[in-house]
Amino acid sequence: MITLLLIITPLIAGLMAFVLKQGSSAKTFALLASIATLVLALVAVFTPGELGYDIAWLNNLGSRITLKADGMAKMLSLLTAVSFPLIFTAVHQNTYKNEQAFYGLMLLSQAGLMGVFLASDALLFYFFWELALIPVYFLCSLWGGEKRIAVTFKFFVYTFVGSLLMLIGLLFMYFQTADQSFSLESFYAVKLTAKQEMLMFWLFFIAFAIKMPIFPFHTWQPDAYEQSPTATTMVMSGIMVKMGVFAFIRWILPMFPNAAAQSANLVIILSIIGMIYASLIAIRQDDIKRMIAYSSIAHIGLMSAAMFTNNRTAIDGVMIQMFSHGVNVIGLWIIADLIEKQLGTRQMSQLGGLAQKAPVMSILLVVMALANVALPLTNAFIGEFLMFNGLFQYNMIMAAAAGISIILAAVYTLNMVQKVIYGDTNSFTDKATDIPFNVKLSLVIIALLILVFGVFPQPLLNLTGDTVSALFVKK
Amino acid sequence: MNAIIFSAILGVVMMFTGIFTNKKPVITLTAIIALVVLLSMNLLNSHGIFSIQIDTKGLLHFNKMGMFFNTLLIGATLIFVLLSGTEIEKLSDKTADYYALIFFVLCGTAILTSFNGMLMLFLGIEILSIPLYILTGSDKHNLKSNEASLKYFLMGAFTTGIMLMGIALLYGATGGFGLTNVGTGALPPSSGVQGATFLQVAGLLLLFAAMCFKVSAAPFHFWTPDVYDGAPSVFTSFMATIVKAAGFFAFIKLFSANASLLGPTWTILLSFVIVATLLAGNITAVFQRSIKRMLAYSSIAQAGFMLFALYSNNDLGTEGIMLYTVAYCLATIGFFAILMKVKDYTFDGFNGLASTQPVLAFVATICLLSLAGIPLTAGFFAKYYMLASVIKAGGPIWIVVVAVLFAAVSVYYYFKVIQSMYFKEGQPETSEITSGFKMGLLVLAAGIILVGVLPSIVLNWFYF
Repeated sequence: MITLLLIITPLIAGLMAFVLKQGSSAKTFALLASIATLVLALVAVFTPGELGYDIAWLNNLGSRITLKADGMAKMLSLLTAVSFPLIFTAVHQNTYKNEQAFYGLMLLSQAGLMGVFLASDALLFYFFWELALIPVYFLCSLWGGEKRIAVTFKFFVYTFVGSLLMLIGLLFMYFQTADQSFSLESFYAVKLTAKQEMLMFWLFFIAFAIKMPIFPFHTWQPDAYEQSPTATTMVMSGIMVKMGVFAFIRWILPMFPNAAAQSANLVIILSIIGMIYASLIAIRQDDIKRMIAYSSIAHIGLMSAAMFTNNRTAIDGVMIQMFSHGVNVIGLWIIADLIEKQLGTRQMSQLGGLAQKAPVMSILLVVMALANVALPLTNAFIGEFLMFNGLFQYNMIMAAAAGISIILAAVYTLNMVQKVIYGDTNSFTDKATDIPFNVKLSLVIIALLILVFGVFPQPLLNLTGDTVSALFVKK
Repeated sequence: MNAIIFSAILGVVMMFTGIFTNKKPVITLTAIIALVVLLSMNLLNSHGIFSIQIDTKGLLHFNKMGMFFNTLLIGATLIFVLLSGTEIEKLSDKTADYYALIFFVLCGTAILTSFNGMLMLFLGIEILSIPLYILTGSDKHNLKSNEASLKYFLMGAFTTGIMLMGIALLYGATGGFGLTNVGTGALPPSSGVQGATFLQVAGLLLLFAAMCFKVSAAPFHFWTPDVYDGAPSVFTSFMATIVKAAGFFAFIKLFSANASLLGPTWTILLSFVIVATLLAGNITAVFQRSIKRMLAYSSIAQAGFMLFALYSNNDLGTEGIMLYTVAYCLATIGFFAILMKVKDYTFDGFNGLASTQPVLAFVATICLLSLAGIPLTAGFFAKYYMLASVIKAGGPIWIVVVAVLFAAVSVYYYFKVIQSMYFKEGQPETSEITSGFKMGLLVLAAGIILVGVLPSIVLNWFYF
């Protein structure tokens, strides 16, 4: 029941937000709704065992509304539920034209994301996969930057092609199931020939790789992150990319273990190319948003490489990193948004001296930046350490190549810190003031999460342990 | 039988309405009542409560599926008249005549859903087509409408000739007009020669070409854009939905019974037609400036998807074509109703519609999402069933992949309209919009979403 509420609450709140009266405070309404969802998610996380919900839907198609919350699903719904209040708090003082629609669409995308993480029926999963996409498309196109229409359309078409290919895969698998059903268990039980398995693997792979994105399917991402309103970018990079990672672990790896093992080398090499390539580009960026976007590709690349190592340590690392990266990158975006809103520029070359003008913000920026570099004591270190550990056991040379990206990450992140907060103030940064209370609140919570899970990650590992064990039992 | 008889009678009734009254709203109201009568007569028939029995000597065969399809088509016509009746009134003083012609078209569709032999197929197609030639040219003072009508008539007449030739050849081969005896006289497989005789193959191929023309499948689609563009928009909407769906029904009925005669060639032939139709429709639609013309090409593209029901030829395909008809008719009728309210048919003419007419823009968006096949709309399950039927029939994956790639292309031109409405600034000129019209549109949009979430609503009704 609680799993259903996790989806229904943002869905109904989102629809209600549209019909709120003009002038009433949609943002407060959205914040309250997202906090209600957070409470539900916390209840779900602290309820031991697997939660589920099941009701008939499309009987003659063999599809049911089946929701299931195992450790990974709980962890990701917690991430979703934590992120939205943080985002809403941080952007509380921003003004959006047609506010009701903006917050309504944001909440609808939250409902879609929750559904993706909780669905245990392939067709239902597909529905939510799209439901998460459509509101984000409208958010980016309506409130985005100058080139928004073309850029978000590219993003939409990319993901739509991917999901259609996945639909073919779903249908094919459906007709192979013994009981003609879309349920996850039936899909797991399907026995395919090696050739079929390979074909299906790639159909699903493309869909999820576009979403993550894995090199070479990443070209939509930097533009889309840059042009979207920052609140939406936070959703996209903090949570939506985790849809891809999640889908790999929930669908591809258990369904096509042999094909995944055979393709592992190729995927890992692609991921490592993507990591290094994105890091090198990130170094050259002057725009803060673009830099974060490329750094995000590099981090995701490590996760996709680790997933395919077929190594328990690495998968544990991926689990932790999904949560950590989501929280950390939202922190970085909040600061980028703050700088842009306050100073009217995102170019690092035009910034400088913020340490004198905005000391609190500078401290928090440094915390986020160190988490981005995965320094020990931050949450990202745990995840990356475990993933590199697994990768190292898989292949030493690949691990070494991937390791270069750590150095590069330090280069571009610290470079950004240096340019933004040190040096002398200039005409742009003279007018800077320190951060408003609501942003400070969001950032402090994120900084606490970074430090707490950096020192004490065991709760997260315990939470997702059952999913990882189940994954390795199946193989 | 009820549908055929009552549509003919009500058509005559509509014709005479024009003599007794000049008030156009009264005529429209009469038409709506007449459609409701026709719909209920057909429903009574399909539930076996009341039906007129006439011995047709086996020329017509009424089954549940055909009558259900009639219900869909008459229902779609009713929605069409409810939403766009005022547009028919605006065309000229001959409102009653237009309605009469629409009823005659429905008579043709009722024959097409129940034919059991080539003669009735031919009659149905002709009864359907001739009123359409007139409706296409009903905007008498518009040169484009005249051109479209003439073009449609000439090409249609030519196709009729081809069709008759095909029927004649089949008659020569088998000595009968029956739907199922097309294969009689075929060489037994033991004779070493593949299945059918030369006359049968030639006859079937000619029929195939003629049917492709009627449903505007490539490479026989060239008339479609000009005719759809030239005809008054209100009749384009009618032609692109109800008439086309009836054509598809006949096409599938004819070839699901006889395609096996063509052996493995059939699959190759149909794959070629499907891919060509998807290609021609989608790629050309991308480059259109006028939304009306874009819709004409997109209707070709949709036909490509509907052909999958013929390709798979199984129960999922049959259910799929029902659902496709519902989804496609709802979305197209809805979108055309909105299009007619906007003065400028180019993409730029829709700029900023969301700020001036939010309800219209919202419903148009739902219709376009449905046409593009996005989940939560009826169009998704329509496409879903088509793909599923092909995979179930063991069809090759490549053709499904091609289809979904073209579906992604279609997103490009459908979303261009959404982009114009929502993301661009402008002051589109619209004609007067009543609150009743808006309510009707909202109900339509709710229907599209309802079918998109629970397609079993339509399908259970089919299996009542």
